[in-house]
Amino acid sequence: MDELYRDYILDHYKEPRNFGELDPHDLEWHDHNPLCGDELGVHIVVADGKVADLRFHGTGCAISQAAASIASEELIGMPVEEVGGLSADWVFELLGIDISPTRRKCALLNLKVMRGATTGDASWPEVAAS
Amino acid sequence: MAPLALNVRADFPVLAGDIAYLDSGATSQKPEAVLAAMDSYYRESNANVHRGVYGLARDATELFEGARARIAEFAGGDTDLTIFTRNATEAINLVAYAWGREHVGAGDEVLITEMEHHSNIVPWQMLCQEVGAKLRYLSVSEDGTLSLDELDSVLAEGRVKLVALTHVSNVLGTLNPVAEVAARAHAAGALVLVDGAQAVPQLPVDVVETGADFYAWTGHKALGPTGIGVLHGRREILEAMRPFMGGGDMIGRVDFDTSTWNELPFKFEAGTSPIAEAVGLGAAIDYLRGIGMDNVRAHERDITAYTLDRLAELDWVKVFGPLDVERRGGAVSFAVEGAHPHDIAEICDRHGVCIRAGHHCAQPLMRAIGVNATARASFHVYNSREDIDRLVAALEDVHAIFGS
Ligand SMILES: Cc1ncc(COP(=O)(O)O)c(C=O)c1O
Repeated sequence: MDELYRDYILDHYKEPRNFGELDPHDLEWHDHNPLCGDELGVHIVVADGKVADLRFHGTGCAISQAAASIASEELIGMPVEEVGGLSADWVFELLGIDISPTRRKCALLNLKVMRGATTGDASWPEVAAS
Repeated sequence: MAPLALNVRADFPVLAGDIAYLDSGATSQKPEAVLAAMDSYYRESNANVHRGVYGLARDATELFEGARARIAEFAGGDTDLTIFTRNATEAINLVAYAWGREHVGAGDEVLITEMEHHSNIVPWQMLCQEVGAKLRYLSVSEDGTLSLDELDSVLAEGRVKLVALTHVSNVLGTLNPVAEVAARAHAAGALVLVDGAQAVPQLPVDVVETGADFYAWTGHKALGPTGIGVLHGRREILEAMRPFMGGGDMIGRVDFDTSTWNELPFKFEAGTSPIAEAVGLGAAIDYLRGIGMDNVRAHERDITAYTLDRLAELDWVKVFGPLDVERRGGAVSFAVEGAHPHDIAEICDRHGVCIRAGHHCAQPLMRAIGVNATARASFHVYNSREDIDRLVAALEDVHAIFGS
């Protein structure tokens, strides 16, 4: 099996979960990857301080789309406060594949957008020195 | 048709490894002759140029100015109208600052095209915003070409001060009819800047024949080093222009409050020049002349035609840009069904095939052709049909992973 394009990565890429838009929504954010011009946006509905529902939209490579799709399943139900504290490693562990430095931004764009939507912080998630 | 092989790969040390380097549109590899010229310049002739009276400084000056003279001749320009810059981007910015801010004003227009590289867009955006001028774009048709009718109709409105366009598109490969554009622009009273970053490396270019008032290119795509670019200009325009940057070398005389400017081309070369880089670029154009630019172009055409043929066999690949090799240069952008360009490049990398994926610094063009990014293979003298066969094998793999 391919070390990067594993079946579940391709599955989430080809059939992303929670893809689309949500109207009305409570929170939204939109951003792009400056390296490739890929775009990602998110709509979030909040209930009881939690992410009750979300949809992401945009275009991107297999890594960025799979990261957004896989993360979306974890994010629904999570207290909104916790989203801002999620780290780059959280994403890398969810993906379960080795992400080379050149593809990190692909993997992290979704977290960047989620943190933007929940905290207004538009910075890139920090990657711990390995 | 028999393949037209130049058999020069062994001249390029980086290519000793087992890679198919298909990213010359981003930067070319450098032949041994360029590396040796720069090395021996530093080992044997290094000194600052122009004002030294000792022998070493005279050697350095001769090497530097000798390179300028050969580079000028190579591109068909006069030596004193051949200005060294850091790269094509700086050459274009030089014009935007030193000419644009004097000659483009409120209500005027700068006309560019949708297929420009960001370096031939952003300087004009900045200029237009600053002076209250309008930036307009010629559209790119379905087949990746410009329309001269559209050009005429914009020029006929009478507000265009400058037409700035690329000679060869770094994304679509389109070879633009720059002499035709220049003739029409001049008839309408506009000047013309041509971005030759992708043209000079692969075509015989005579900057005077292009009709351009300003012609910019960059050394590192023409087998030369990074850190050096070239701007060719028309004498009367360059003479009337004010300097770009101030500092040493560009002055005639400096008094406490004012200065006078040095003669051309030094007026536009403030500070210590990229001396070793000029020597390296001189060696690069000597190397290209050794092959012959007609042969370089013929080889480029052959590889491009072969690439287009091979990609046409793959019905899950879509090629952007003109299909007629007479109307294009050696950069082929494409899409693979179901696969993002980043993933295409990643899988190509595993096959030792270096291609570029992304917006290629041409985001307005990406929007015009309706994509976020493309994959691009681009060529130079060291490429052979085998490199393209390796690309196709890698793309088969992409299709195996991403095809539905
Ligand atoms: C068409 C075109 N113009 C300008 C440039 C900019 O060249 P440089 O970065 O050397 O200034 C490039 C390089 O990618 C290009 O392809």
